[in-house]
Amino acid sequence: MSGGTYLVAAGCTINDITGKISGLCTAKGSIHISINYPALVPFFVLGGGALVVLLLSAVLPKRPYRGLWAGLTVAAGVGTVVDGLVQWQQLNGSSVTPVTLGDQLFYDHMGAFFAVLFGVATVAGAAISDGYLEREGLDGPEPYVLMLSCSLGAVLMADAAGFVTLFLGLEILSISLYAMSAYHRWRAASGEAGLKYLILGSLASAIFIYGAALIYGATGSLQYLGVVSFLADNALFQNGVLLGGMVLVIVGLGFKVAAVPFHFWSPDVYQGAPTPFVGYMAAVAKAAGFAGLLRVLMLALPTLESTWRPIIWVLATLSVVFGSILALVQVDLKRMLAYSSISQAGYVLIGLQAGTAQGVRAVAFYLFTYTFMVIGTFAIVGVLQGRGEARNDLSAVRGLASRSPWLAGAMLVLMLGQAGIPLTSGFLGKWVVIEAVLGQGQYELALIGMLGAAVAAFFYLRVALIMFLAPESPGAPAGGAVTLSATGGPGAATAGGGPSDGGPESSEPGDSGWAAGAGRAYSGSDLQAIVTAGLSARDRALALRPPPHTRVRVPAATAAVIAVCVVFTVFAGVSTPVLSWAHAIALPWSA
Amino acid sequence: MSVPGPWYLGLAAFLFGIGATGLLVRRNILVMYMCIELMLNAVNLTFVTFSRMLNDLGGQDAVFFVLVVAAAEVVVGLGIIVAIYRRRAGATADDVNSLKG
Repeated sequence: MSGGTYLVAAGCTINDITGKISGLCTAKGSIHISINYPALVPFFVLGGGALVVLLLSAVLPKRPYRGLWAGLTVAAGVGTVVDGLVQWQQLNGSSVTPVTLGDQLFYDHMGAFFAVLFGVATVAGAAISDGYLEREGLDGPEPYVLMLSCSLGAVLMADAAGFVTLFLGLEILSISLYAMSAYHRWRAASGEAGLKYLILGSLASAIFIYGAALIYGATGSLQYLGVVSFLADNALFQNGVLLGGMVLVIVGLGFKVAAVPFHFWSPDVYQGAPTPFVGYMAAVAKAAGFAGLLRVLMLALPTLESTWRPIIWVLATLSVVFGSILALVQVDLKRMLAYSSISQAGYVLIGLQAGTAQGVRAVAFYLFTYTFMVIGTFAIVGVLQGRGEARNDLSAVRGLASRSPWLAGAMLVLMLGQAGIPLTSGFLGKWVVIEAVLGQGQYELALIGMLGAAVAAFFYLRVALIMFLAPESPGAPAGGAVTLSATGGPGAATAGGGPSDGGPESSEPGDSGWAAGAGRAYSGSDLQAIVTAGLSARDRALALRPPPHTRVRVPAATAAVIAVCVVFTVFAGVSTPVLSWAHAIALPWSA
Repeated sequence: MSVPGPWYLGLAAFLFGIGATGLLVRRNILVMYMCIELMLNAVNLTFVTFSRMLNDLGGQDAVFFVLVVAAAEVVVGLGIIVAIYRRRAGATADDVNSLKG
C-alpha cells in the first residue's frame, strides 16, 4: 500500500508515510491485530447460543417448558446459516483479504459454505434430538450446549488458516462429541461408545498435532500460507521431517472422517451413541474433517501433491471397498450405517485425491448433500428403534410400508439417495466425484468407485426391501421358528425362519409377491432369502423378526426434518444450484 | 556446552512412541489416559525444540494451546470414566466390551 492512512483495527489508523498512529491505539509499538468482525459472526452466534443456553439453564426452573433448549439451538443454527449466506453474498466480487484475526482465520467462500453446512446440521440435529431425549427421559440443556460448541469447533476447523487453529477447532469438536456419545445415562453401550471414542480420538489428536509440529519444524511456519510460501522457495521433496509430518496430519484427520484403516472406532461409536447425535456427528465431524484436510492438502501442501495423492488414493480405495463389503454383513442398522458412512467418506476422498478444482467441487457438493441424507436417515432410525433404543436391528423397519407408509417412503428416498440412484443428490454427488477423477485420467479409481457403489446399493436396497416385507411371516409354524436365546434381551423373539431351516412356511409361491400391486406387502420366502443374503443364520433370523407392535410415533419437529431432508435429496439431485454453489468455492484452484 | 536440538527431538519422538505403545498395550483406562498425556507432552517438547532451533516464537505459542486442550480433554475424559464406573466395579478396558468390534 503506497501512502495514505489505513485502518488497522477498529478505531486505530496508521499513516503509511509518516508512520503516525492515531485513534484508540496511540501507544507506539502496541500490537495491532486486525480483526474482520463479519468473519467472526458464526462464532459469536454459536458460542453465544451455547452460553445463553447454559445461563438460562442456571436461572430457570428445572424444566421450564418443552422444546426451549432445542428451540434456542435451532435459532443459533438458523443464525449461522443466515450469516453464512450473508457472508457468501458480501464476499462476491469484494477484495477482502482472506485472512483475519492475526492471520488465524480465512474469510472466504469455502468458510461461508461450511458455516451454512454446519448451521443446517445444527438445526436438524437439535430438532431431531428434542423428541428423542423426551422419549428417553434425558432432556436437559447439556446436549444442546455440547452440540453448539461442537458446531463452533467445526466452523473453526473449516475457517482455520493455520495448524494451531485447526487443532483447536478439532478438539472443541471432538471433546463435545465424546460427551455427546456418552450422554445416554441408562444405556451401558452409550458410555462405552463415549469412552472408545475418547481414547481413540485423543490418540488421533495427538498424532495430528505431532504431525503439525514436524511440519512446523521443517518449514518454520504453522500458518498454511507461510508453509506454502516456504515450500515455493525451498524444494523439500525428500525432507523426511516434512513428509512424516504430512503423513501424521493425514492420519489424524483420517481418524476424524473415519477412513479405512482408521475407521475401527466408528461402528462401535455409531452403535452405542444416542441415535440423533450419531446423525449429527456423521454429518458434522465428517464435513469438518474434510474441510480441514482440504485446506491442509490443497492450500498448505500443494507442492507435495505427488506425495499425498497416492496416500489419499489408498485411503479412498480401502474405504470404498471395505466400507461397502463390511456393511453387507451387518444386522444392526446403526452399525450398517456406520460402515455405509465409511464408504461414503471413501467417495469424498476420491474427490479429494483428484487434487483439482473439480475435485474440490465434488468434495463440497458431496458433503453438503450427504449431510441431509445421513441426518434424515438417523432421524428415521431414531423414531423406529423405540424407547430405550430397543430395536436397532434390521427387523425394526420390517413391514414399515404397511405400518407407516410415509415414513417408509422417506426412508426409501434416503436409502436410494445414499445408494446413488439417479434423480437423487447421491447420484449427482457420485457423478461429480467420478468426473473429477476422470479429469485426471484415473480410470481405475473411477471403476473402483462405481463397483463400490454397486456393492453398496445392495445393503441400502436390503433395508428398502425389508420395509416392504409383510409385518408377520404368514403362518410360521413352531417347527420352523428359531429361538434367539443368544441375544438374551427382552426383545428376543421367535421368527419365521429364513430358507436355512427349510420350514414349510412358504405356503404361497415366493415370486407371486413380486406381481402384487403397490401397497400390498410381499411375503414370499424367496424374497426373504434375497433380502437376508450375506447375513449369518443367526443374524438372518434377527433381521426377520416381526416388527414391534407399538405404533410408530414421529414427533412434529423430527417429521419436519425428515421431510426437508427427503425434499432436499430429490431437489439437489434434479437441479443445479447446490452444484454451482460448490463450484464457486473451487474457483481459487481453477486458475 | 548445550545439548544439541536433534537430541531433544529424538527424546520427544521416543516419548511419543512410549505413549503410543502404552496406549495400545495397557488395559487400565487411567494408565491409557496417562499415555495420551505423555504423547501430548512429547509434542510440546518437539514444538519448543523447533521453536528454539528456528528462533521463532510460533512453536512456543502452540504449546499453550496444546496444554489447554490436554487439560480440557482430561476433564471430559475423567467425567466419562467416572460415569461408566458408577455402573461397574473395576477400571480395566477389558470390562468395556459389550460392543463388538
